[in-house]
Amino acid sequence: MEWFDAALPILAATLRLAVPLLLAALAGLFSERSGIVDVGLEGKMLVAAFFSAAGAAVTGSVWLGLGAGILASCALGLLHALACVTLRGSQVVSGMAINILASGLTATLALFWFRMGGQTPPLPSSARFLAITLPGVEALSGIPVLGRLYAALVSGQTALVYVTLALVPLAAFVLYRTRFGLRLRAAGEHPAAVDTAGLSVAGLRYAGVMIASVLCGMAGAYIATAQGAGFLREMTAGRGYIALAAMILGGWRPGRILLTCLLFAVLDAVAIRLQGVILPGIGAFPVQAIQALPYLLTVILLAGFMGRAIPPKASGEPYVKER
Amino acid sequence: MSAPLSLSRPLARLMAHPLPHWAEVALLPVLNLLLALGLTALLVWAMGSDPVAALAALAVGSLGSADAIGYTLYYATNMAFTGLAVAVAFQGGLFNIGAEGQAYLAGLGVALVALNLGALPPWLLVPLAMLGGAGFGAAWAAIPGWLQARRGSHIVITTIMFNFLAASLMVYLIVNVLIAPGSMAPETRRFPTAADLPDLSAFGFPSSAPVNLSLGLALLAALAVWLLVWRSPWGYALRALGESAEVARYAGIDAGRMIVQVMALSGALAAGVAVNELLGAQHKLLLAFTGGYGFTGIAVALMGRNHPLGVLLAALLFGALTQGGAELAFEVPDVPSEIVVLIQGLVILLTGALGNMLRRPVVVVLALLRRGG
Repeated sequence: MEWFDAALPILAATLRLAVPLLLAALAGLFSERSGIVDVGLEGKMLVAAFFSAAGAAVTGSVWLGLGAGILASCALGLLHALACVTLRGSQVVSGMAINILASGLTATLALFWFRMGGQTPPLPSSARFLAITLPGVEALSGIPVLGRLYAALVSGQTALVYVTLALVPLAAFVLYRTRFGLRLRAAGEHPAAVDTAGLSVAGLRYAGVMIASVLCGMAGAYIATAQGAGFLREMTAGRGYIALAAMILGGWRPGRILLTCLLFAVLDAVAIRLQGVILPGIGAFPVQAIQALPYLLTVILLAGFMGRAIPPKASGEPYVKER
Repeated sequence: MSAPLSLSRPLARLMAHPLPHWAEVALLPVLNLLLALGLTALLVWAMGSDPVAALAALAVGSLGSADAIGYTLYYATNMAFTGLAVAVAFQGGLFNIGAEGQAYLAGLGVALVALNLGALPPWLLVPLAMLGGAGFGAAWAAIPGWLQARRGSHIVITTIMFNFLAASLMVYLIVNVLIAPGSMAPETRRFPTAADLPDLSAFGFPSSAPVNLSLGLALLAALAVWLLVWRSPWGYALRALGESAEVARYAGIDAGRMIVQVMALSGALAAGVAVNELLGAQHKLLLAFTGGYGFTGIAVALMGRNHPLGVLLAALLFGALTQGGAELAFEVPDVPSEIVVLIQGLVILLTGALGNMLRRPVVVVLALLRRGG
């Protein structure tokens, strides 16, 4: 059972590391399916991380913190939609601007409000998302493998983990089985058809961007108040870009995005585990090689050396009604 | 094209006038900058500090002494290089987000030459180190260019990914391979002094200021970019490609080759950061020496309307903001230096993504003025 003892913590870490990626990748999915490219996932997660930690620190309630994080993310999302949908500006430039804006804004406000060198105060456990123990852990503890798997992996996660996992089928259902989903996808593939049908392309794209903002808000709150215990500068550390990669590798589909996020997370979990491990004959394990793998895979896929990446047809293009 | 917001008929007629050139290249950028500064001043005011005092601290901190100016110009040099890198790619219709990674990789080229050919005399070693940097930067940019031109991957996503690949590669190389023997800090040994770029004390700057000969190189690079883009057949083809890939194709321009070439040029320009930082100031290769200049370059290029002269002016402005921001934190205690990053973000947003927001009122006001006068 030695391998099982080693694998269990890695599996549990994988699940926890996958959650923010999954939330952000689903955010990118809804935005891009509506036709708006979102390279600003990182910035929205960062402001949400800060405002959720600040909200939780001030009010003592992790749920109010979550709300504050989502609101902050939505404010940036509204800016993105205004720039890209209403004013037809460049979507990539707007996304980059949001990332840089978020970096400056969170550092400035954190230093001003809390005077702790750009952090929020460490959150007490009452102001964080805590692990929930599911019923039946005791009853199953007698079963050799399953019992421990249930106790360490299925049970003992934070509320946001369960919510996020439930969001994957929900996202698939909304996108592929509802009228709204059909219209949203149409706005990203063929907006002129949506327009001809008498629907508002702008309205659908605003909806896509705002759904993305709520999901990014949850991702940021998860990083600061579930995974971490407070806000640290630049604490999203590029996860928004990895989520972008996961969305692309996942082919803009919820199920495959889940698998890609789990793959990236297991790589990350293994890399953390192998940090500083000396391999015989090789020396220190090159952790960077594993960390670079998600980016490398994305480049290879985009170049068409491994399947084909097909984004929503009209994504990135401002919609201009013809006269 | 329809009027995006429903306009009354007389208003629509006024808007039919295009903006005059001077308003497009000077008035709009200045108005957007003022708006960005105004929004920041509002935030400073909301934080209970005096915006006027903050602005004064910014100005004095960046331009108040020869030492301050030396720092301002040193930062501006980095931003001029990355601004030119982004601008030249923009002229070909390509958005190069990867200047950060290209500058980082260029540092490897600079360091390999400086560390391995240290016996050479300065007049040979310095240009070779620069070429090494430019070569590595160009190669790191040309790969995404080639992937876009021949394999159809999108340059924005690929250059983002290449930034992270560059970071992983450089961390591995510096920490495991290039680190000075016996050193705890992740950096190489000092380059031989033959590879040091001279400082500008001959021009009256105190030798404590890190501004160095790279500033002259940046000015030359701006001139070269202007000549190349606006005074050469290659530049004409590049701008045609930037205007419309369709038109370029009809004109017989090989778009794929142009994309690879302009990306290589962009990467070589980004390498200027490595020259300024490593040969001019640090004299060794160290982690994360690129310090986000690749991203500031986006703001510089947008603010400078992708023109070399505009890029130089915008680089000077952002260099002053960076240097002034560091002083600001001392003078006005509640306002941290990171507020400069906020200003950068606002400028990118306003000049790049919300560019149409102010254009409309400016068009109307100018048309009304013309009618009145």
